[in-house]
Amino acid sequence: MNKEFVPRITSFLCKWCSYTGADLAGTSRLQYSASIIPIQVMCSSRVDPVFLLKAYLSGSDGVLLGGCHPGDCHYETGNYHTRRRFAIVREVFESLGLESDRLRLSWISASEGPKFARIANEFTEEIRLLGENPTRKSIFL
Amino acid sequence: MKKSRNSVLVLGAGIAGIQASLDLAEMGVGVHLVEGTPTIGGRMPQLDKTFPTNDCSMCILSPKMSECVRHPLITLHIKSSLEKIEGAPGDFRCTVIERAKYVDPVKCVSCGLCEEKCPVKIDDVFDEGLRKTKAISRYFLQSIPSEYTINAGHCLYLTKGVCRLCEKVCPTGAINYGDMDREIELNVNAVILATGIDPYDPIGFGHFGYRRYSNVVTSLEFERMLSASGPLSGHVARASDGRAPENIAFIQCVGSRDISIDRNYCSSACCMFAIKQSIIAREHNRDLSATIFYMDIRAFGKDFDRYYEKAQEQYGVEFVRSKVAEVRELRNGNLELKYTFENGDIQHREFDMVVLSIGLQPRAGSRELSGKLDIGLNRFGFCRSDTFRPLNTTRDGVFVCGAMNGPKDNPESVVSASGAVAGAMEYLDAARYEPSAGGGGVPEKHVTGERPRIGVFVCHCGINIAGVVDVKDVAAYAAGLPNVEHAENVVYACSTDCLETIKSRVAEHDLNRVVVAACTPRTHEPLFRQTISEAGLNPYLFEMANIRDQCSWAHMDEPEQATSKSKDLVEMAVAKARGLTPLERLPIEIDPEALVIGGGLSGMSAALSIADAGHDVYLVERAEDLGGNMRDIFFNFDGSDPQEFLSGLIDRVLGHNRIKVWRKASIEDITGYVGNFRTKLTGESGELEELSHGAVVVATGGQEHETEEYQYGRSSRVVTQKEFERMLHDGSFPAGRLREVVMIQCVGSREEGRMYCSRICCSKAVKNALQLRKRKPRANIYFAVRDVRTYGFAEEHYSELRDSGALFFRYTPDSKPTAELIDPEDPHSRVRVTVLDPVLEKEVVIDADLLVLATAIDALPENLKLARMLKVPLNSDGMFLEAHVKLRPVDFATEGIFVCGLAHGPKDMSESLVQARAAAGRALTFLRKKSILAEGTIAEVRRERCSGCGYCQAVCAYSAIEVDPEEQVAVVNDALCKGCGACVASCRCGALDLRGFSNIQLYSVFNSLVRETAEGVVN
Repeated sequence: MNKEFVPRITSFLCKWCSYTGADLAGTSRLQYSASIIPIQVMCSSRVDPVFLLKAYLSGSDGVLLGGCHPGDCHYETGNYHTRRRFAIVREVFESLGLESDRLRLSWISASEGPKFARIANEFTEEIRLLGENPTRKSIFL
Repeated sequence: MKKSRNSVLVLGAGIAGIQASLDLAEMGVGVHLVEGTPTIGGRMPQLDKTFPTNDCSMCILSPKMSECVRHPLITLHIKSSLEKIEGAPGDFRCTVIERAKYVDPVKCVSCGLCEEKCPVKIDDVFDEGLRKTKAISRYFLQSIPSEYTINAGHCLYLTKGVCRLCEKVCPTGAINYGDMDREIELNVNAVILATGIDPYDPIGFGHFGYRRYSNVVTSLEFERMLSASGPLSGHVARASDGRAPENIAFIQCVGSRDISIDRNYCSSACCMFAIKQSIIAREHNRDLSATIFYMDIRAFGKDFDRYYEKAQEQYGVEFVRSKVAEVRELRNGNLELKYTFENGDIQHREFDMVVLSIGLQPRAGSRELSGKLDIGLNRFGFCRSDTFRPLNTTRDGVFVCGAMNGPKDNPESVVSASGAVAGAMEYLDAARYEPSAGGGGVPEKHVTGERPRIGVFVCHCGINIAGVVDVKDVAAYAAGLPNVEHAENVVYACSTDCLETIKSRVAEHDLNRVVVAACTPRTHEPLFRQTISEAGLNPYLFEMANIRDQCSWAHMDEPEQATSKSKDLVEMAVAKARGLTPLERLPIEIDPEALVIGGGLSGMSAALSIADAGHDVYLVERAEDLGGNMRDIFFNFDGSDPQEFLSGLIDRVLGHNRIKVWRKASIEDITGYVGNFRTKLTGESGELEELSHGAVVVATGGQEHETEEYQYGRSSRVVTQKEFERMLHDGSFPAGRLREVVMIQCVGSREEGRMYCSRICCSKAVKNALQLRKRKPRANIYFAVRDVRTYGFAEEHYSELRDSGALFFRYTPDSKPTAELIDPEDPHSRVRVTVLDPVLEKEVVIDADLLVLATAIDALPENLKLARMLKVPLNSDGMFLEAHVKLRPVDFATEGIFVCGLAHGPKDMSESLVQARAAAGRALTFLRKKSILAEGTIAEVRRERCSGCGYCQAVCAYSAIEVDPEEQVAVVNDALCKGCGACVASCRCGALDLRGFSNIQLYSVFNSLVRETAEGVVN
């Protein structure tokens, strides 16, 4: 494996908690992996399961999905939908022979800058060990 | 547009003046904002960071500054002073002198050529004299307005008649040496004073060597050193040799709590200021050690104690309780501190640098101003206001906010500003108004069907971004992306001149989409959206790339990767921008009534303020009587009678024709959204009633912590401060001798499980001890304390108590006092209290006739249920969590809901009153409008694709989408939809989409991510 491998991790972050937590990590100058590429969404429940699949198949080495803690959703129940959908997507990944470890769902609140930084680093390290997204070399229609 | 008979003059454009102006303007009231310096902003722009969140001060302030200067109802008078107020409240005539600027603000383009060429160097006031500026200059880099002005006292031409260099180089002919001071007269209904404070000048403290020793600086100078946009670009260095200091001493209470200079008050903010500075200094240099020399650490605000703990535990800041006697300079420029402990021990220690934590004092000239405006001052020279009229000056119709009537931090200033606005409403026309659709009346360009022409602006944010990311490279990269017509770098995208640049670029390049790569959309998106709408673009044709908070700040050690990530983020933003479409914001009608939950001091005051402004108020109290916790307060430092005030308040509430009161009531359910809330409650009769209202004020209060410590509940001689106060009031002391009285502070506060200061207990205990002195002059009073937190003007009473002979013993959480019943069988047993005094290093044993416990203030457990109903958050202590601790202290993130009083956190009566009025003032910014505009980000249905399966309906938490039974297609209720997108992700037909976050937009965002895909990949 190439030591220089810098993973790219598409990170869907909900506007109210995880994105704000990521901002806080920056405001607190917590240093974390630059592999994390944030995409703001209104709620984690906005993230269609197809997005996860699509992000993976278009070459992301990892896909992170961040939402409010259960019970804290700005939209009351959005993250419960996310949780159920995510469980299914992982199963779909496995049954298709894709690496479900490249998907991660985390609850990060607006005040959890340190947690965001920690998860960013941990997940990057995990992906680094997994190596490049193998489907990059494959053909998908 | 402006009715002369419906306007307010606000004096002072610091954070308080800005907040007051914005609140008034939001209510449709005209504002004349009068400011002495050439810019708005006040003290806050001088600050690098703010405690306890370490938010960048300028980052949170600049959107408000920009909003203030661009609001059509706010007229700004810079370099101006208020000379006279004549007439009666409701019809004041104010005389204002606008001083000559010598630069035509309309012509000036803020290019800075004049400053470059000006030969006169003067000390830069904004940077505390740490760098030079010129006789023609901007007050600071992000000044608003951004135009230059000439300092007449230093200009060579204006003083000596020679030079005129600026006139020669000015490309627009903006220089006007003939400019004159102008006297103008303004007719206003009310006046709000917000002139703020000055920092104490420690030049008189010879023994600390300020100005004699170059490495002794004030805290404000140090703040400018820490600031990335300051004179040292954030690299702290010693003036003597330019070396970065490795250890820094902070000396607290310089100019505060000092009888010798007639400043026997606490400046309230300096402890937190020093803690913040030591944390930030440590972040700049991890090897740095910071030591704070203090008498008491007064971290009494919300979440302050956690910050104090963090400084000790995470940042290794050392706290030394002692008094510094002298600072002496050594040969190498180092400084030797001589300091005395409470037990008299003297120590010496060497430091690289000394920071004097200077206190806050009344503004220079405030005595003169008080004479001109005929308002009273207190004995320290602050504007006088009373406990129960904390926002009123001694002159009717003239209100005060910010630190002008006593030291305050930023959120307290903001709260008092919104409160003063509620006070001023009394003198204003109560008619509701219809706000315009925004965009400054600029007609919107039609862009649908046009090829995307995107403009990209890459912000340096001073060195915040440019110090890590190669911003030039990012802009160059952006320029090469498809559909990007124009890309450029800007120093501060949010500054007024850059906003103007963006607008002119839209016109020059006929842009129809704008991308700004800067900080976070959370704080700045509204500003940029407003800007492009002023340029004729639909505000939703805008996208931000967060290359600061989530890039440069998070990858400071990896500039290359940060640059590469910035490019990704910009490319993603451009990809999204390509697919953006104009969105429409629909008006939401606002019900004019308000629901106030809680009938204590805060709830009743908020209710009255709203009702007095002409709105119906529903006041709901769970107890049988109104009054809440205030029913147990009988004394005040100033001698006023809380019960008299309370009964007057209750009478006014019950007699008010616009307030309807429910007692013994419980709220069953609250649904709806801003302007359209529906509440179900059961009142005394047990009948379920339904109310509709436009806003909610949460004023549920707090409760006294029930302790089991110190034998409480096992002897009638162990009481809480609350019970003690009632004893003092009705004389119901325990029978027999009352000679030895012990008071233990922080019972339940500032320890595991309740890591916060309950704020009022120190002052309350001092107040009650002084009352006891009056009744039992021979009683011995002993205090067991951790820090005595008699902040503000309560300090004087603390001194009075100490002078009267009360003894104070310090204890730490590891060596708490103990209490034993002398006769455990006796329910009225005396109590043996043992305190380990760490200073005296021995045990002190007192057989107490009365033990008074300062028990903590707890959040109400019921808060949780209410928080869930309202969909608002609680903090980890169970108290309601405001939208932003600094600048939105009484708002919730959810619009139309506000918080005040103990429900927000511990505070005294005066502070509760101020906050209640603030909550009322903020609620009125909505209630005064007939309608507001809904968000544009909502779900939409493509009817032809919808199969009417109803999944979306099942998923939606707001009942905002339903399947029409006749047509069998889903229909979205635009006003109810919050735009989360849960339904969109659930739709298996692809019939649903979220405006502003559409499927195609998001696809293109993450597709753009993969640039170097392997050959053969087909997407």
